[in-house]
Amino acid sequence: MAADSFSVRGNDSNGLLGNLRLDGPLLLGIALLSGFGMIVLYSAGGESTSLLIRQLIRIGLGLAIMVFLAQLPPVLYRSWAPWLFLAGLGLLVLVLLVGETGKGAQRWLNLGFVRFQPSEMMKLVVPLAIAWYLHDRGVPPRWWQVIVVLLAIAVPVALIVRQPDLGTALLVASAGFFVLFLAGLRWRYMIGGLVAAGAALPLLWAYLHEYQRQRVLTFLNPESDPLGAGYHIIQSKIAIGSGGFFGKGWTEGTQSQLQFLPERSTDFIFAVLGEEFGLLGVMVLVLLYLFLFWRGMVLALRAQDNFGRLVAGSLMLTFFVYIFVNTGMVTGLLPVVGVPLPLVSYGGTSMVTLMAGFGILMSINSHRRFMH
Amino acid sequence: MSDLHIRDQSQDRRLFIGRAVLAAVVATALLLLLVGRMFALQVVDHQHYATLADGNRVRVEPIPPTRGLIFDRNGHILAENVPTYQLELIPEQVEDIDETLDQLAELVELRDADRERFFRLLRSQRRFQPVPVRQNLSEEEVARFSVERQRFPGVDIRARLARHYPYGELTAHVVGYLGAISREDLQRIDRSRYSGTNQIGKTAIEFSYEPILHGGAGSRRVETNAQGRVIRTLDVREPAMPGDDIYLNLDVELQQTAWDAMEGQRGALVALDTRDGGVLAMVSRPSFDPNELSRGLEHETFRQLQADPARPLFDRATRGRYPPGSTVKPMLGLAGLDATDLDPDAPLRCTGEFFIDGRDRPFRDWRREGHGPTDFEKGIVESCDIYFYALAMELGINNIHRYLTHFGLGERTGIDIPGESAGLVPSRDWKRRALGESWFHGETVIAGIGQGYMLSTPLQLAKATAAMANGGELRSPRLLRGFRNAFTREFEAMDPPESHRSELLSQIQPNHWQRTIDAMVESVHGPRGTARATGMNAPYRIAGKTGTAQVFSLGEDEEYEHEEVAFHLRDHALFIAFAPAEDPRIAVAVLVEHGGGGGAVAAPRARAVMDHYLLKLEEEADNGG
Repeated sequence: MAADSFSVRGNDSNGLLGNLRLDGPLLLGIALLSGFGMIVLYSAGGESTSLLIRQLIRIGLGLAIMVFLAQLPPVLYRSWAPWLFLAGLGLLVLVLLVGETGKGAQRWLNLGFVRFQPSEMMKLVVPLAIAWYLHDRGVPPRWWQVIVVLLAIAVPVALIVRQPDLGTALLVASAGFFVLFLAGLRWRYMIGGLVAAGAALPLLWAYLHEYQRQRVLTFLNPESDPLGAGYHIIQSKIAIGSGGFFGKGWTEGTQSQLQFLPERSTDFIFAVLGEEFGLLGVMVLVLLYLFLFWRGMVLALRAQDNFGRLVAGSLMLTFFVYIFVNTGMVTGLLPVVGVPLPLVSYGGTSMVTLMAGFGILMSINSHRRFMH
Repeated sequence: MSDLHIRDQSQDRRLFIGRAVLAAVVATALLLLLVGRMFALQVVDHQHYATLADGNRVRVEPIPPTRGLIFDRNGHILAENVPTYQLELIPEQVEDIDETLDQLAELVELRDADRERFFRLLRSQRRFQPVPVRQNLSEEEVARFSVERQRFPGVDIRARLARHYPYGELTAHVVGYLGAISREDLQRIDRSRYSGTNQIGKTAIEFSYEPILHGGAGSRRVETNAQGRVIRTLDVREPAMPGDDIYLNLDVELQQTAWDAMEGQRGALVALDTRDGGVLAMVSRPSFDPNELSRGLEHETFRQLQADPARPLFDRATRGRYPPGSTVKPMLGLAGLDATDLDPDAPLRCTGEFFIDGRDRPFRDWRREGHGPTDFEKGIVESCDIYFYALAMELGINNIHRYLTHFGLGERTGIDIPGESAGLVPSRDWKRRALGESWFHGETVIAGIGQGYMLSTPLQLAKATAAMANGGELRSPRLLRGFRNAFTREFEAMDPPESHRSELLSQIQPNHWQRTIDAMVESVHGPRGTARATGMNAPYRIAGKTGTAQVFSLGEDEEYEHEEVAFHLRDHALFIAFAPAEDPRIAVAVLVEHGGGGGAVAAPRARAVMDHYLLKLEEEADNGG
């Protein structure tokens, strides 16, 4: 399109970062969070440097993907969105047919050289596709458009729940829903939807796997099964609570170091932070997240076209969902759902997806046109 | 088109800004809610969770006490504690036990017996208690497992002190061994003193002095991880009270000599210090390796030992009941001098046969042709049966019972290890009670040569011999010499057991004692003595008496031919002695099961022990200054 030939660099157009189409504050936030995360991870992983190195490699890989994606113009994402969506659906079906099993769920496609999780990709593809569908159809979306969008969310989410991977399904659904919400979904639809969802809860219950039901029951009353399913939540709360205001000190957390805390370098790393760095450390982390979140929202507000706005806003709100679902789970506010603490938890896939999301965000921000 | 697009876009934009700001505000509020939640957990309820965290990691653990050591009289160590390594598995922490065992088998040797024992214990224990997989790991196996430890959650190596007996079977019957605490043991111990301990003294000294040797458990606070592994000790709340060390009267070198003297035989040898009743040596053969038993759980070994026809677990010295045979003759001779008007110088004509009035079945002498004219001395020296048949008839069973009982036969010696037999000195009362029959004269006759119902243990014979040496002073044999307090490290000697001078024996005239002892000396050193081969070239004088105890009765005209009789029907060989005769210091009793003649088979073994005690030890003492 011709419009793209106008596109030049944004406000921060000078310097290396500008030339690389990267946003300085966003990058700073990412760096601070990953750095803080590495410090916690060193302790959580039993002071293993090899674990840190592997995490560092993933951060590096994530950054490379981020830089690469920031170079692509948003129009490219927009035009590829529907095809990526269809391809993603195809891969999800393939996973259910020939996928590899890990930790009791079928999530992986083995491409020979790399194992690949199509559901992870859908965290980005679903909001792109929905933003593509809604970006030029006028606001607020009509009822039939809403139905189309809900279907576009429901089909991949259902496929992911089948794997089963409740955490990823929740994030994909959130990402899709946020596009709809930001596009101006009418309140009356939303309220109607909530009522309908409430009515559908029993149906959903029947559809859940036994372990997922157990998680919900355990969440409602963790003490009912202190050595079984409730163990995670109880030990995690003990870790956090015993940390106090200043924490027990780096690598000094008894709950973490003596292995009472499960999954302490991945999903429950927030409890390690709470135990060893106390409320003070938690507040530092929350401030860093708020900084990153607000900066992302500012970039979304500055986006010039509807597609960019919707995608950027949805990605940042999904980022918030990561934070809230993970911390809520670890502190016993929400049921246990496998969602990592973004940029801090050990693990390759989510790190790369998050960085890719920030790359798209930076692409949207750096490809603005001058309008006077 | 372009206008519309721009208008739409501005409407989109306004709507978007409203929604985005709303969402951002809600998100921020939720994150603040999270901080509030953290405040509640970390500040408001901090104390509660801190307590829970400590409860998670801190556990109070018993400290088992170190068991006291056992030494012989010269400080040679008879029982010690050595570290061993045991591989343990906590069932509830292991997902697939079979597979885990298979993997472990690649690191440490696991025999079928180990697996069998493991599964037997697995069924009998609770899921959260560690079950031993292998014991006595080698250093190399410990190292191999330690490297791979991370692969085996719920499996760990535990170091503990195991009892070790350096002299093994040599001292097994005296020192005893340890075994797993049983239900019966639990009835008689204070459980709090035993927390953390899983073995207890089962026999002999280890059993008798259990309270002294064991000490008491302490407790410490330890930090554990989620698998219950102890990471470190936080503090000791109450230190363990170690057991006291024990010193025995036993001289392990003398024990070795006695052991060697009994080589290849079934039987027992007991040597007592006549002056204080101390047990200098006490051997029962065959024996067993107490280390195998104390290592524990070797049920197969234990079953084999129990099933062994040679009965190695059976302490013949204190529990074996044998006819004393002719070894009772000095005691009965003394009784005859004291209780009857026997003239020791008046010879009795021994034809080899003895008849009771009105009966035509003879009681035979061991020498078919008889001893000819036999007086008191010759009766003992040549062990003439006919002389003692006649003397027994003179004494009557009541006197025989009375005098032998005063020498301590037929009752427990009171030695300080459990399980000794009382033996039996028959009496009219006893026979009526036990068999419901009245007493026959013939039974009195054979009681005169220590046969019939009469049974005694080698230890009883040794005690009686010591009493003979002491002019009738009876002392319970005692193994314990003293103990060393675990805290003060000071040796505290035990007083020797009080001697008990029987009224009956103490009023016997000294010249009667002298005649009897002289006869015993003559039987060892005299040219016709039954033990003359043993007395040859002895630089000190031995007072002794041989015995050859019949295991079965001969028919009237049967000839006993040693070589032709099945082993288990052969005579037992016995010998009792004390020395030096004029100033007794050691009393010895020897029994060789189915050994044959006492003079030839039993007596030389006693000589070896007495030589060691009286010559070698003396020599050493002289040389030592």
